[in-house]
Amino acid sequence: MRKLLFRVSAFVLAIALVVPLLAEGEESILDKVKNRGRLICGVNKELPGFGFLGQTGEWKGFDVDYGRAIAAAVLGDPNKVEFRPLKAAERFPALQTGEIDVLIRNTTWTLTRDTDLGADFCPPTFYDGQGFMLRKELGITSLEELAGATVGVTAGSTTELNLADTTRALGIEVEPVVFEETETLYQSYDQGRCDVVTSDKSQLISRRQSLKNPDDHIILDVTISKEPLGPVTVHGDNKWNDVVSWVVYATFAAEEHGITQANVSTFKTENPEIKRFLGLDGSGGMGEKLGLSKDWARQVIAAVGNYGEIFDRNLTPLGLPRGVNKPWTQGGLLYAMPFR
Amino acid sequence: MRKAYYTVEERELTQAMKPPAHTKGPARWIKDNLFNTWYNVLLSCLALICIFFISKALLTWAFTEAKWGVIPANLQLFGVGAYPREQIWRVWSVIYILCVLVGLSAGMWGGLVFRFAVVLGGVWFIGALLPFELSTRGWFLGAVAITAAALFLGRGRTALRPWILGGWLLSFPLIMIVLRGFGENSVLTSNWGGLLLTLILAVVGIVVSFPLGVFLALCRQSNLPAIRWVSTAYIEMVRGVPLITILFMGNILIPIFMPGLDINQVLRMGLAITFFSAAYMAENVRGGLQGIPRGQHEAAQAIGLNYVQTMLFIVLPQALRSVIPAIVGQFIALFKDTSLVAIIGLIDLLGVARSVIANPDWFGLQAEVYLFAAIIYFVFSYSMSYGSQEIETALGVGEH
Repeated sequence: MRKLLFRVSAFVLAIALVVPLLAEGEESILDKVKNRGRLICGVNKELPGFGFLGQTGEWKGFDVDYGRAIAAAVLGDPNKVEFRPLKAAERFPALQTGEIDVLIRNTTWTLTRDTDLGADFCPPTFYDGQGFMLRKELGITSLEELAGATVGVTAGSTTELNLADTTRALGIEVEPVVFEETETLYQSYDQGRCDVVTSDKSQLISRRQSLKNPDDHIILDVTISKEPLGPVTVHGDNKWNDVVSWVVYATFAAEEHGITQANVSTFKTENPEIKRFLGLDGSGGMGEKLGLSKDWARQVIAAVGNYGEIFDRNLTPLGLPRGVNKPWTQGGLLYAMPFR
Repeated sequence: MRKAYYTVEERELTQAMKPPAHTKGPARWIKDNLFNTWYNVLLSCLALICIFFISKALLTWAFTEAKWGVIPANLQLFGVGAYPREQIWRVWSVIYILCVLVGLSAGMWGGLVFRFAVVLGGVWFIGALLPFELSTRGWFLGAVAITAAALFLGRGRTALRPWILGGWLLSFPLIMIVLRGFGENSVLTSNWGGLLLTLILAVVGIVVSFPLGVFLALCRQSNLPAIRWVSTAYIEMVRGVPLITILFMGNILIPIFMPGLDINQVLRMGLAITFFSAAYMAENVRGGLQGIPRGQHEAAQAIGLNYVQTMLFIVLPQALRSVIPAIVGQFIALFKDTSLVAIIGLIDLLGVARSVIANPDWFGLQAEVYLFAAIIYFVFSYSMSYGSQEIETALGVGEH
């Protein structure tokens, strides 16, 4: 018996020593995805406009479309992607353990996440910010007037912390009413259980539509936080981070140049940058440098369209204006680095 | 003392007489039980007023305000989640396999199984009558036909019963293979969803945790200290932790501890639920084991049965029979607990409900969607409860 026990423990120890060694063989996620023939993308399964299941069981949303775009760039097929619904708490562990290749789940880029959580952020695809919605009849137009109001907010979110920070900075007292679920928050607000509701502006705008009388509510013209949302890759895999980043830039650049899903296959140009971008010049093009095929950008645009098209398909129906999510040429924040 | 014979007068006396008027019937029952004293009158009136207002509010909402359109529009989503629609035949194949087995079993055993098969056939038939797409109705009609045919084939063939039991055992791996498929066309488990996923998790959990629980209970009663301690430690450790913690552990810690070992999420959650439920099952079974008098063991030993035989033929049948309610209670709890995987990120019935609410087309309809999900959970839970009562009656539990 003792001998057996000894053998078993020796075996377990040996495995514990060998497994990390085997895992050492550093392979970029890019190669892993190519070998697997499938991209695994962590998404939100219940965020309107960004990630949810459509009526026939297909994934829909802004973040979901970016997952498809990456699959199109790497594998040449936007359908070769598996979506893993994740909760906020498990998204970073899932990324670190390699369960997902890329995380596109309305994740705000912050310093702590960039350093402590072992994440590398790609260019933001959506710039959001926290705002306030309240009833028109209250006649409030600025944050200072909120003193004494009851403010609805979801539990455990940065939203709650931002609210506390802001009110402290302004030296006013508000009474936060904390809700577990987003749905409950808005229903309670609609029933008058809180005067004000605070959340990301994109959410406020889309949720206003579902209130009983949307016209009775206004969204204050202040933004108290910056919420740059974008894809995230695991820390240290630069090759893979480059690929995801340039897929995002490709959607920006396509909008700048007026390349759309409809005209990408027939797009005629003499502009050398656009030719390089679309892989129409003689050499291996930009794709070779990224470890992708020559026509990767064309694949992306043929699959999901340019940034404007992705936005229009998913977020415009919610009533979201483009706001700062416009190309820099139109005064927005979307700025693709040069394809050179 | 019973007499051997009765006189004519006595026989007339003993014949059942009709009860006097106004001593039976619902009206009398209400008077006797609800309005017999002044405080009961008061309580009954209060209760009636409450019931009236609650049901009025509920019915008004259900029939005038509620937008039920969300349910039929997403029915398939509730059923199978993100399962690819072009491979939906896989799900139907599984249903057909089950129909064959249920039908054959019903034919061979009759009784409760027969009634179950008839109800099942009825459900398929109703499905065929509902205004679904034509292909869906065809599938439903096929299920009715297959159930009926299997029932007819199996009628009276009691000699084949062991084969059918083997068939049920084999059906589990078969169903998994059919649902998963091979090669290019295989359906990833991350696409399994809706009621399909809920039922898979529940059935696998129930079927695996039951023997595991019995085994653990026997180990806990063992005379060998090492076995007893390990089993006790396992049971107490699992019972000391909430299920959601175990699910999070399975979801986050397994990949951290075993990098490179790609166990899919559905399997991980299934294992977590099973191991959790087994600990509770073990305690239920132990309760039954302790109720068996020492004399039963001794009698079994006296006629020369060894340990395995004693347990298998003497102790366990009696022990399990007496704890059927507790075991079924555990099954029902497990079935409902599967909804916790929605918190982990799997899209089970509840997960679909949450996703549907997030669809901009159906904003603000969470009451309707959650109520529908609740009704489905209730139907399945109550069916299990009803089935257990029927089994208890059939086995005469509580009578001797």
